[in-house]
Amino acid sequence: MKTELEFYMQFFLWLPLASYILSLIPGKHHEKTISWGTFTSVLLHLTFAIVFLIVWGIDGFQNLSHREWVLYQTDGYMFYIDFFFDKTTATFLIMGSFLTSLVTVYSRYYLHRESGYKRFFNTLLLFFFGYNLVIFSGNLETLFTGWEVLGISSFLLIAFYRDRYLPVKNALKVFSIYRLGDIGIILAMWLSHHMFHENTAFIDWSSEHLQHLLHEHESTAVILSVFLVVAAAAKSAQLPFSSWLPRAMEGPTPSSAIFYGSLSVHMGAFILIRTYDIWSHLLSIKILIIILGVATCFVATGIARVQTSVKSQIAYSSVAQIGIIFCEIALGWNTLALIHIAGNAFLRSYQLLTSPSVVTYLMKDMFYNFNPKKKNIEGKVSKKLEYTFYVLGTREFTINMFLYSYLWNPMKWIGRKIPLKSKSLLVITTMLFIAGTILLIGTDLSESTRHIISMILGMIGLVSVFAAFTERENTLRSWLLVCSNHFWVALAVTFNEHYSWEHNIIYLSGVVVAMGIGYLLLNGIKKKEGKLDLNNFYGLGYDYSKRAFAFLLCALAVSGFPITPTFIGEDLIFSHIHEDQIGLSLIVSISLIIDGLALVRIYARTFMGPHYKKNHEVADRAS
Amino acid sequence: MNNAKETSSSFHEEHVLHELAHYLPAQAPLKDFIHHNTLHAFQHDKFFDGILAAKSAFGYKTLLSPKEYKKFYSEGKISDEKLLTAIQKHFPNENANDKLKEILTTDFQPDLTPRVGAIRKVWKDHYHFDVSALVHHIVFRITCNYLDQGIALWGFPSQEKGLLKATRDLDKHTSVSLFRSKRGREIFHDSTLGLTDLLKLVVGNREELYSSYLFDMCFAHPGWSGMVATIEQLPSSLLDRKEISLRDFIHLELCFEIDAAYNQFGENWKSLGAFVDQVNPYFEKPQVSEVDLVQRVWQEAFEWTYYDTVLFGLQQRIKKPNVHSVQTFQAVFCIDDREGSIRRYIELLDPHCETLGMPGFFGVEFYFQPQGGKFHEKVCPAPVTPKHLIREEDATRKTNKEVQFNKNSHHNILGWALSIVYGFWSAVKLMSNIFRPGISPATSLSFRHMEKESTLTVEHTHEHDGDLQVGFTVEEMANRVEGSLRSIGLVKNFAPIVYFIGHGSSSVNNPHYAAYDCGACSGRAGSANARVFATMANNPKVRMVLRERGIDIPSYTQFVGGLRDTTRDQTVFYDGGMLNEENKALHQKNKWTFRHASDLNAKERSRRFETVNTSLTPWQIHKRVMRRSVSIFEPRPELNHATNALCIVGTRQLTKHLFLDRRSFLNSYDATIDPEGKYLFGILKAAAPVCGGINLEYYFSRTDNYKLGAGTKLPHNVMGLIGVANGVDGDLRPGLPSQMIEVHDPVRLLIVVEQLPNVILKTIQTDASTYEWFKNEWVHLVSVHPETAQIQVFQNEAFVPYTTTTTSLPYASSMEQLVEAHTENIPVHLLTQAHEN
Repeated sequence: MKTELEFYMQFFLWLPLASYILSLIPGKHHEKTISWGTFTSVLLHLTFAIVFLIVWGIDGFQNLSHREWVLYQTDGYMFYIDFFFDKTTATFLIMGSFLTSLVTVYSRYYLHRESGYKRFFNTLLLFFFGYNLVIFSGNLETLFTGWEVLGISSFLLIAFYRDRYLPVKNALKVFSIYRLGDIGIILAMWLSHHMFHENTAFIDWSSEHLQHLLHEHESTAVILSVFLVVAAAAKSAQLPFSSWLPRAMEGPTPSSAIFYGSLSVHMGAFILIRTYDIWSHLLSIKILIIILGVATCFVATGIARVQTSVKSQIAYSSVAQIGIIFCEIALGWNTLALIHIAGNAFLRSYQLLTSPSVVTYLMKDMFYNFNPKKKNIEGKVSKKLEYTFYVLGTREFTINMFLYSYLWNPMKWIGRKIPLKSKSLLVITTMLFIAGTILLIGTDLSESTRHIISMILGMIGLVSVFAAFTERENTLRSWLLVCSNHFWVALAVTFNEHYSWEHNIIYLSGVVVAMGIGYLLLNGIKKKEGKLDLNNFYGLGYDYSKRAFAFLLCALAVSGFPITPTFIGEDLIFSHIHEDQIGLSLIVSISLIIDGLALVRIYARTFMGPHYKKNHEVADRAS
Repeated sequence: MNNAKETSSSFHEEHVLHELAHYLPAQAPLKDFIHHNTLHAFQHDKFFDGILAAKSAFGYKTLLSPKEYKKFYSEGKISDEKLLTAIQKHFPNENANDKLKEILTTDFQPDLTPRVGAIRKVWKDHYHFDVSALVHHIVFRITCNYLDQGIALWGFPSQEKGLLKATRDLDKHTSVSLFRSKRGREIFHDSTLGLTDLLKLVVGNREELYSSYLFDMCFAHPGWSGMVATIEQLPSSLLDRKEISLRDFIHLELCFEIDAAYNQFGENWKSLGAFVDQVNPYFEKPQVSEVDLVQRVWQEAFEWTYYDTVLFGLQQRIKKPNVHSVQTFQAVFCIDDREGSIRRYIELLDPHCETLGMPGFFGVEFYFQPQGGKFHEKVCPAPVTPKHLIREEDATRKTNKEVQFNKNSHHNILGWALSIVYGFWSAVKLMSNIFRPGISPATSLSFRHMEKESTLTVEHTHEHDGDLQVGFTVEEMANRVEGSLRSIGLVKNFAPIVYFIGHGSSSVNNPHYAAYDCGACSGRAGSANARVFATMANNPKVRMVLRERGIDIPSYTQFVGGLRDTTRDQTVFYDGGMLNEENKALHQKNKWTFRHASDLNAKERSRRFETVNTSLTPWQIHKRVMRRSVSIFEPRPELNHATNALCIVGTRQLTKHLFLDRRSFLNSYDATIDPEGKYLFGILKAAAPVCGGINLEYYFSRTDNYKLGAGTKLPHNVMGLIGVANGVDGDLRPGLPSQMIEVHDPVRLLIVVEQLPNVILKTIQTDASTYEWFKNEWVHLVSVHPETAQIQVFQNEAFVPYTTTTTSLPYASSMEQLVEAHTENIPVHLLTQAHEN
């Protein structure tokens, strides 16, 4: 029975993936086909899940694991898709499947006649696929693949109303925080690979051998766990990232309810439960998680108390509960945590879905039960304390500012200091690249020299990606700078270790193709429009909807989204960075984060936001 | 404050604040949603001039784009004939046929670049400084926190009166400031500084720019600015009263702008005025471009293509001398465009009844206090200030709770318990809400407005509540009953039962619920008014007075109040128990008529609902329509006033033979008993602003749903129970959401009056504000001669004869077939059954 069950696990992924691809086919106005198709597939998924759970239960609730496909393999390195199923997967499966099917029915009517009807259901299915990939993942690589899908589908859903400014801005904001989480996982993958000397599956982590290694390399294990906690905190909107959650509530209410009210936001808790074996022996990590959870719980409750918009109130209340869930997980009470996760997800979805009713309900309540506030604050100290907390809550404990002040603004500052101008830049970059390659081929350097050179090359990549991220005047330049980063990274890693050209080809193949197509697309638009810069959101998707979609695919390919071999290449690159080279791995990972951000920034500023031409009605910026 | 010392300058604070409040959106908080002309500030100009001024000042799209008109043209909604007429008017020096060809083939692109924003954009252009991103969210947040009606668990802590004082008090006693720079905070706390001083800091010495800067600032977020200005003028629109002024709001925002600048640049920034050359006054008369003229041509042709069929149809009326001979009952409905169809079906099912229309407060204006209610609700048109109070007594109102709105769920520890226990229960509730929708405490249900089994304090018994008199005296009652009956021409031939049916609506998950209720009752259900009117008219003392005044209501005639729910298509009757035995039997029969008419009406409405199959039987459809009204996932419980285009003031004979597709307000009026136009004045004084207001709000929300409408309602987030915004940091969105206006054809209201032109002219000229509507063509006015049915159109302040170009109209042999066949607007049809009867 167990083997059959293990075999059938993959259908939970095929189903949403296949229906996602199918859902792209019908025309925009075939609402019935689109919504019924989606509903059928989600309902099928739910039915299948229920049957699967019953059989699994009868079979004795055994953990299932299945190595599905080996995507790439060389000596000591293997990239494979692996599935795993236990009671955590079971809980998230039933919760996700149930809520998604309800929301599908809800949205079927709710989105009727909305211009993005099809887009909504497409993205919903893509999200659902990513969600299942994460919860069924059997190793970090698989989890990361799903994680990327979740990230991009979240971006698309938050920016669903792409012709307004705030949704696009907030989608970028959320995406950038997700990107931080991504890097946590990339680094965790890198460290675990070096620590275990192989690609491991979650199911192996509890084995005696790996547990022994984990105890042996405690400091590495601590760093690895910190990366995981950062990823979890980012995804579950814990401190200091909490402020993204209310700002994700820009899409239609049902999407806010299901993604940010319930499913997406509990993914951080999921990753903690999933990686429990890695850090369960580390008291310091447990304490870190508990501090994080408790602090978030209190801060978020404080913020929720002063919220005057119904959705942000629910968002912060949910964040506070997840803080408690983090503590439960750290204390090892996983069953309680799972119950809590499901309960919180259902409650918040329901609250969000009925949130417009709050006016009728509370106005009526007020009409019959109003008591004018009579309050006198006694004493100066308590008044000061009260007012201080009120202002802190109102300003969201300045966590919204925090990331700007300590992360993005310094990055922008660095970027602006880089004196790179278009033509000279291209020449210098190419020359340096050629020189580097010749140097590499022609000489035989010592290891330490190589390490230094690779650091320098990595830095150049990082600098160019900073420059791309802060570029304002020339979109094409920004695009080329972003793409060039990958070449620097490839070169850096090649210097770092004798590393096969094959790996570089895998890594760069997607980048090169996408870079060329992307350049042509942007250049074509530039010729038509007469100018193309990044000073504003231009909303050109209004004029060029097809090119916008094509460019999005290019940008995704360059950012290492799992649609080209570059995705595996990114992981390969890291396998060539040694465990002790935290510097190089940081440089590379930071450049990859900003690389992704810069790409999405180009896409958003060029194609999203209010259309800059004033020949039709456009939304106010503040609306 | 230094108001005194600004007298010599070119900038007058009070004057500019007044101007701002005038131009800002005037939508009240959600519970008091009342339709009005969105561009009322431009009404002192002719329609086309006013909307052009609005366009050039604020970038509003006030006419459809040529592309959209071309689509209507291809659908046959605009005729060549009317296009040519309009071309001759707007392009008198060109060959009309050539111009027509040009209009049809050229791709004319409108230019919606606004003048507003010219100075404030210096922040971005010169300083590369996104001041809005730094200031808007905190200003919105503080204002919303201050005004909040009950979302926050922890209300604004300072008890100081006024936004500025309260915020100063808050910021003064906190360790973490709301401000980010020391200088900004100092300026904020310096109570000697006034707006002019702050503007001097921001804009510099060029006072001529101050007013424009304030417009830039306020119109960067018209939603919040407008809400503040409205609450300042109507403090009673908040149950939990808050003192607020536009001045305070602007002051606060200016301080935050200054703070942001100091925080960013320290002392190294100069006032914006230094970087501005010259600014065109925002309201200077704009040049009329060719595209503007082309759009005007399209718009007029669009309107008159439709009007012409209506006017032709009205002339096909069937004059019958003795309509009043046999009557089973009379039913008076609100003039509301949604009531036209139900009247048609009632008449179809019972050819011997008579239906009439008048504004749904039925001429009785008062405050209503439901039992247990802590407040009074105004149930009459918005401009009226009632002096009477009617109390509901003996009601058994139960207030059930919904746990998902329980505030403890936002508490950390209690939230833990709730999410574990109630979380799973909410999964069950969510499922039942989606698969088996039903009425819940969260539903806004029209029948809850007044309990059916309650009693009302209609007659005055020397009781007073503050300034209000509880109940009406006999004299007051008689005056109101007389006035209403005369205005609709119901002064003789009374049937055994006369129904007065108010209306309301039901919906769930709908923050705009008040917009769906009766506009003549200030956005509430009309049940109390209908019932009060019936009680008054049944009062023997009142009847005696009426008899003296020449209205002899026979003793067998009884009045019954009722409420019709326009969403659920259900009718409830009040005080049926007091009917005499014969009337009770008649009432039973009439109830059958109402019920079946409602089924048919539901069927007619369902043709607009793509998710309901219109070919089912009326009762099957009715059940589905009722289900929609309580479905949390249904953003269109009903379509409200969408497609409204006409207001017909006259006898039912004028319209009874026509299928006008729920597009017309119908006000009964009999010119023969009102030769002087005394009652007509009352009707038009209300119809122009009320129906015209509804019409124009739909019009502008449709032409520019981004700036003048609320956009799609799907991402709306309720702010402080007073408004909706997109997301968390967005500006409030006044106007109507796209779901309400998407099927609306933006045409101005055509008011048709069955009265002699000179009487109408004299009547409308009595009141300047009423006259403005007609004179400036924000509504069209047409006179139909009561005897000859000759048509005259009001143009340039005079009536001129009009000849219709329509030569025939299709016949509808069966309304059911007609509605099954169309999902779009149905053209005017002649009803064969009306011709047969």
